[in-house]
Amino acid sequence: MNPGHEKTGAFEYLTTRKDELVGWARKFSIFPYPFVTACCAMEFMSVSSTMYDTDRFGAALPRFSPRQSDLMMVVGTITHKQAPILKKVYEQMCEPKWVMAFGVCATSGGFYQNYAALQGIDRIIPVDVYIPGCPPRPESVIDGIMQLQDKIANARHPIVNEKF
Amino acid sequence: MNTELLERVRERLAGEGREAALAHGLLAVQLPRDALLDTVRVLKESFGFDLFLDVTAVDWPEREARFDVVFHFYSTRDHVRVRLKTAVTEVDPEVDSLVPLYGSAAFMERECHDMYGIRFRGNADLRPILLYEGFEGHPLRKDYPKDREQPLVRYRE
Repeated sequence: MNPGHEKTGAFEYLTTRKDELVGWARKFSIFPYPFVTACCAMEFMSVSSTMYDTDRFGAALPRFSPRQSDLMMVVGTITHKQAPILKKVYEQMCEPKWVMAFGVCATSGGFYQNYAALQGIDRIIPVDVYIPGCPPRPESVIDGIMQLQDKIANARHPIVNEKF
Repeated sequence: MNTELLERVRERLAGEGREAALAHGLLAVQLPRDALLDTVRVLKESFGFDLFLDVTAVDWPEREARFDVVFHFYSTRDHVRVRLKTAVTEVDPEVDSLVPLYGSAAFMERECHDMYGIRFRGNADLRPILLYEGFEGHPLRKDYPKDREQPLVRYRE
């Protein structure tokens, strides 16, 4: 045999960062938990319908248990009476988890500047994406989902949860 | 509208020197606090006002009798409304409960108690219905600060 024609090994490989690989997987595997309290729910129904097809973003399957979801969509006004419930549901979600403030009521209280309404859910839980609008258009919600995907793709994804 | 019935109600109620004004299909009667329960019983049993629509209050901070307690009744047979008003003071904001006559009064009086602090003698359950345990003050009184918040969850940061 001609020793100059030795074949190289058939194995080929590529390299990437672990965080990029996990982030890519997670950004297309979002299970929303709709925390729905008010009229933005109508718009949530619109964006969840076939016309807008949020399955393009891997975010179409709503889960109605916080333990099966990783994106909490707070849709509508949160009053002070409701705030402990929201916080408890948030704490029941497993890591990693993200929160979307859907519309101006969840973002800032909207036009409810009164004794009863919480002036923005970020006063009690961390929020990753704020969607403006009263109510927001489905295109705004899709833009918010895409921004959240970018955030997930570029985030760190530790194997061991560093918060514990 | 059946203003004929309202005229008869007006004659019956205004007989004791009370103000009674009939306008736009609604009869508004101002009456003393002690006469409230008897008057409502007459409205219900003699004139067929079978639906208790609402109880609320109006805050007149400059007045000695600071609150007007306002009741609305409706006849589902004759399709007319009556408004009863009675004045109470800030130190003794109490009227008789209408629970013996209308079951729904139990819930509507809780709301009025929440928002204005009116006490309803004879309503055994005046727990908060729209607000929550631990809420201080009465937010629909005009001296309640507009931007006062009483959060149940401690804010972040």
